[in-house]
Amino acid sequence: MMTGVCERAVDLGAPDLLVEFETLPPMTVDPQLGVTITNILATILHAVQARHGIKAALRLTPNDSRDHRRPPPMRSGYYWENMLRLFAAAGAAGADMLAIESTGGKEIHDDALMNADLEGIVYALGVLAPRDMSFLWRHIVQICNDTGIVPSGDTGCGFANTAMALASQKMVPRVLAAIVRVACVPRGLVAFNEGAVGPSKDCAYEGPYFKAIAGVPISMEGRSAACAHLSPLGNIPMAACDCWSNESVQNVRLLSAPAPVVSMDQLIFDCRLMNRASLDGREASLTLRRWLEESDALLDPQAYVLKPQIVFDISQQIVLQPTPYLQTRTAVLAAVEALKQGVKHNGLTLSAIELRWLDKLATQSAALPEDEDEFIALMMRKYKDSPYIPTEYGLPCT
Amino acid sequence: MTEHPLYIAVLDGDARGARAAVEEALNAGADPQDLLSSYMIPAMDEVGKRFDDGEYFVPELLIAARAMKSGLELLRPLLAETGAKPVGTVIVGTVRGDLHDIGKNLVASMLEGGGFKVIDLGVDVAPEKFTAAINEHHPDILAMSALLTTTMPGMKTTIDVLKQDGLRDSVKIMIGGAPVTRRYATEIGADAFSESASGAVREAKSLLKL
Repeated sequence: MMTGVCERAVDLGAPDLLVEFETLPPMTVDPQLGVTITNILATILHAVQARHGIKAALRLTPNDSRDHRRPPPMRSGYYWENMLRLFAAAGAAGADMLAIESTGGKEIHDDALMNADLEGIVYALGVLAPRDMSFLWRHIVQICNDTGIVPSGDTGCGFANTAMALASQKMVPRVLAAIVRVACVPRGLVAFNEGAVGPSKDCAYEGPYFKAIAGVPISMEGRSAACAHLSPLGNIPMAACDCWSNESVQNVRLLSAPAPVVSMDQLIFDCRLMNRASLDGREASLTLRRWLEESDALLDPQAYVLKPQIVFDISQQIVLQPTPYLQTRTAVLAAVEALKQGVKHNGLTLSAIELRWLDKLATQSAALPEDEDEFIALMMRKYKDSPYIPTEYGLPCT
Repeated sequence: MTEHPLYIAVLDGDARGARAAVEEALNAGADPQDLLSSYMIPAMDEVGKRFDDGEYFVPELLIAARAMKSGLELLRPLLAETGAKPVGTVIVGTVRGDLHDIGKNLVASMLEGGGFKVIDLGVDVAPEKFTAAINEHHPDILAMSALLTTTMPGMKTTIDVLKQDGLRDSVKIMIGGAPVTRRYATEIGADAFSESASGAVREAKSLLKL
């Protein structure tokens, strides 16, 4: 697979190539397995680089395997230690960047999402996840600094993409998925506060907010990821991307070539189009950006919250808040308001059922307390019998 | 039926209302079995229908199931006294190596809402744990879930172990999960397949000829 995509990139004269290797759980639980595969991939990639002059990089994304135990110990134990071993070995194995799809808070979030329970969602994303990411990313950044590789970024994949997938199956409202997407922004910012520099993960569709707030380069995927999951976000993620990516292309044979080669082909032509627009100057770039934005934004709330102007507006509100909880609360309130205004004034189309849910979620969001201590105390009582360990998040024992 | 406060409370996911309606009906001399079969189960059927028709989302299914459960808590002891049994008993679990439980939990809630007794074995369930639970609880149905193509074969392994242990014919087997298909269910010798939680309740009832 690696040889095939590299050959296609060379054949089409792609100037730069970033390949990501996301490990499967056994490859992190047994770090040597992850190291061996990383080394194989890096050897092929770097040989192509040396022979053809293409600028190439390998990003290693170990999966977060801490939730293999329930409730998950987040800061110690077998799974955590093996993750650390893979992080530490990544550079020597040939990886140029390190990333992760961290899962802190998912123990609470999954259930809250299925119940459309905003306070549970905000507890997971605004209190638990940031505390976990601060701990986790401090380690990742230190290891990257020690081993000379780039700490790139995290993603709300386990949260917002779960919501997006459930919304596409008509299991949860699309407006909820849109709000969860924006609520994932503050947790993602924690990685950058700890020293991550980007590019952010491609499946972090909240990336434009990272770019607006932290000024980091972002990877994005959209229609190019339809092979892995359908979504209503086809073109708009491309509007602000720095790296354009696919996602989990199964290695099956198509009429022309294996699917990963076909996907590489399509990515390169997309990039040529964006680079061509860029070469034609600011006006041309903005025209292409507007087309990418306007083709999707009014047809789905999840696309609407990625409109550059909405991203700027909400980002400005988020950065005024001092803590991740208050940022997440603000993100939720601002997303609800943006969707309401979008329907009222800007032509955002929502079904009657979605509008009913937007009202319900607006009521829930208005009840989120401004006092963070009060909120945490409330949630610790609510979730006292839930499958998570508060002390693993630096919270007091219940 | 559709104007009865118990039916409306379950349909609206009003747990307190459901409990209050059960209390009121019992005080007025209503038959516990009649409350269950005439109002609560039909209300959950309607919730499932609205979900299938795209009028309800999963959160509405779950709060309706909780309202049902809240009313059932009052009814259960009375039903037990009269010898009434649940619609059926189902063991549910996500197969070995798979930690995903959103779909499995949803199926469990919907089955409970449909009047089944549910024994939830959780995630990453080894075949031996399924067989031990079958020996202990003697369920009518075993429902297995998997989200990954890499863990899906755990369903076949479990069925093979049931055959080895002589338990296969004692229980109906239903499977589901994102990569699972009806064809796969047939291939591995499962009795039923559903691609949705509400469909799982229908399949479970169909398996028990209800």
